[in-house]
Amino acid sequence: MEFLKKPPPPIRRLELEDPEAATQVLPPVASTNGHGDAPAAVPAQSPGGFTGARRSIGAPQFSIRRMEIDDVSVFYDQKEAVKSVSLPVRQGEVLSLIGPSGCGKTTLLRSLNRLTELTTAARLTGRILLDDIDIRELEPTMLRRRVTMVFQQPNPFPMSIFDNIAYVLREQGSRRTRKKVLEPAVLSALDRAGLLDEVKDNLDHPALKLSGGQQQRLCIARALAAEPEVLLLDEPCSALDPKSTAVIEDLIVKLRDDVAVVIVTHNLQQAYRIADHVAFMYLGDLVEYNTATALFGNPREQRTQDYVSGAFG
Amino acid sequence: MEASATLPPAKPPAQPTRNGGGGGNKKGASEGSATWSLVDRIGLAICWFLGLLFCAIAIAVVVYLFIQGIKFLKPEMLWTPASSGFTETQSGGFSDALIGTLMVAVMGLSLALPAGVAIAVWLVEYGRPAGLARVTESTIEAIAGIPSIVLALFGTVIFSSTALGFLSRETEGVVFGRSFFAASAMLSLVALPLIVASTREGLNSIPRHVREASYAVGKTKAATTRRILLPACRPQVATGAMLGLGRIIGDTAIIVVLLGATQNFAPVEGAPFPLNFLRGAGTTLTNFVYEASPTGNLNQPQKAYAAAFVLLLMVLVLNGAVDVVHRRARKVGTWSS
Repeated sequence: MEFLKKPPPPIRRLELEDPEAATQVLPPVASTNGHGDAPAAVPAQSPGGFTGARRSIGAPQFSIRRMEIDDVSVFYDQKEAVKSVSLPVRQGEVLSLIGPSGCGKTTLLRSLNRLTELTTAARLTGRILLDDIDIRELEPTMLRRRVTMVFQQPNPFPMSIFDNIAYVLREQGSRRTRKKVLEPAVLSALDRAGLLDEVKDNLDHPALKLSGGQQQRLCIARALAAEPEVLLLDEPCSALDPKSTAVIEDLIVKLRDDVAVVIVTHNLQQAYRIADHVAFMYLGDLVEYNTATALFGNPREQRTQDYVSGAFG
Repeated sequence: MEASATLPPAKPPAQPTRNGGGGGNKKGASEGSATWSLVDRIGLAICWFLGLLFCAIAIAVVVYLFIQGIKFLKPEMLWTPASSGFTETQSGGFSDALIGTLMVAVMGLSLALPAGVAIAVWLVEYGRPAGLARVTESTIEAIAGIPSIVLALFGTVIFSSTALGFLSRETEGVVFGRSFFAASAMLSLVALPLIVASTREGLNSIPRHVREASYAVGKTKAATTRRILLPACRPQVATGAMLGLGRIIGDTAIIVVLLGATQNFAPVEGAPFPLNFLRGAGTTLTNFVYEASPTGNLNQPQKAYAAAFVLLLMVLVLNGAVDVVHRRARKVGTWSS
C-alpha cells in the first residue's frame, strides 16, 4: 500500500466530467486554485478517499477510437497473463491501466506494439486493431513507429541529447542524414516533451548526464519524434521524484489530443489525476473499465472498490 | 493514510568512528577490524600480505627491466636489423623483431576483433538455436584453455597443406607453412576468447529495456546493435582488444613454430611488395628475447633486456589506452540501476 503512505497529491482543480463528456465543451480554465470556478459537480465520496481533485486540464474535447483490443489473451508458456481483455484506445483521452503487480497490465501494454513477441515464450490470441487493421498484418518496425513506448526506467541512449532524437528520425542504422536537415524535427520533439527550454543550449551534451526527470522527458520526446498515433507509457514516473512526476503528468494530459495515450501505473492517485478512462485488471482479468470518475468514485465491482480503497494491492 | 503520522524516527547518524587501523577500506565500511575474531583478523592479514607481495613483485619486474633496459637500450637498436656478429656491438639491433611484433599485432587483432565481437553479439543478442549457442560457448572456452604451443602445432598442419600454399613459401609443391599469415591466424585464436568474453560482459551489462526502447521506436535488431549496443559497450570491447593484443605480442610458442623464428625478415622472392613479407618468415620481440637470453642461440643478454624493455613499454601503453577508453566512457554516463 505504498501509495497510501505518500502525502496526497496537490489539489489542482475540482473538475468532474460526465462519463460521455466528449461533446461537452468546457471553457478553458486558467485558474488552478484548489476549488475551481467551474461549476463542477462534486464526485461521490469515493471509497479510496479520492475526493475532489482531478487535474489541471478538463474533460476531453473529443475522442477518436484508434486501437481496439478485442478478446486478447497472452500466455507465457502455460500461464495466462492476460485473459480475454477487450478495450478501446482513444485519441483525445488518457487510458490508464491499473491493478496490483503481476496482473498483466504491463503485458497488455507491451502487446499493443508487439514487444511481447520479443519474449519467445509469449503467445497472443485475439485481435488488436490499429485503425481497423490487425497489427499482426503490419511490419513490427512500422507498427512500433506508430505505437511508441516509454519505459519505467529512464533509458536514453548513450549519446548526445540531439542524437537520441535523431536516431529515431533516421533510417534504421543510417547516420547519413545531416544534422541540419533533422534539426527542426528534433527541436519540435523536444518542445512537445517540454524539454526544449532546458536543453536547447547544450544539445551536444550526453543524454545520460541529465537528471532523471529530464531523461524521462527525453524518452517521451524520443517516442514522440516518430510521430506516433499511440503512446504507451509503462509506469513512467515510478523512478522519479514528485516534482518531475508532476511535470510529466501535465505533459501526458497535454499530449492526449495529438496521440492516444495509454499509461500503466501503480499509483492510483496518478491514475486519478490524469486518466479519462481507467481499466482495472486483476490476475489477468479486466475487472472494470470505466471513466476515471466512475471507477474511483463509484465502482461497479466489489473488487475494484476493495482495490481503490486499499483493501489489497 | 494516517501512516504518515507513524513514520519511523529518523535514524541516528552513522557512527563517525573511522578506525585508522584498517586503512584498506576506502569507501563504505566504517567498521574497524579490532572487534573481529582472531581467524578473521588472520585472514585480513593474509590478504594484506598477499596484496602487498604482488604489488612488490610487479614493481620489482618493472623497475628491474627499466633499469636494465635504460642501461642497455641504444636508440639505434630500434632501427638496425640484427646481423651476424660475435659481440653485442657487432650484431646490430632488433628492428626486424620490433616491426614483426607490430605486424602480428595488427594482423592478429584485425582477424580476432571482428570475429570476436561478432561471436559475442550473436551469443548475447541472437543465440538461437540454443544448442548451437552452447556449443559455440564451450568451443570458445576450449580455445581459451588450449596452450598456444598446441595451437601452433595444429597451425603447422593447416598451413602446410598445398591448398594454403599461397599464404607461405612454396617451393616445387612443398609448402613451408610458416609465415606472418600463419602466425597471425593462430595468434588471433589466442586473442579471440578474451575479446568474446569482454564484449559479452559489456552487452550483458546493458539493461534489457534499453534494447526495447530502440525496438519500440521501430528499429531493427541490426540497427539497435550497430547504433546503440556496440557503442555502449565500446569500453569492454576495447578492454578485450587490449588484453588480446597483450597476449598476441606476448606469445612466443606460436612465433617459434609458425613464424620460422628467423633473425631477420625472410621475404618470399618474386611476390609483390607487402605479400612477399607477409608470406615470408620473420621474428618478433618475444622470439628475439628468447633467442638473445642466456639460454638462446644468440646469448646476448644485454640485448635481451633492451628488447624486453621495449616489449614491456608496449604492454604498459596498452594498459594506459584501456584506462583512457574507460575514462571517456564514464563521461557519457550509464543507466541507473
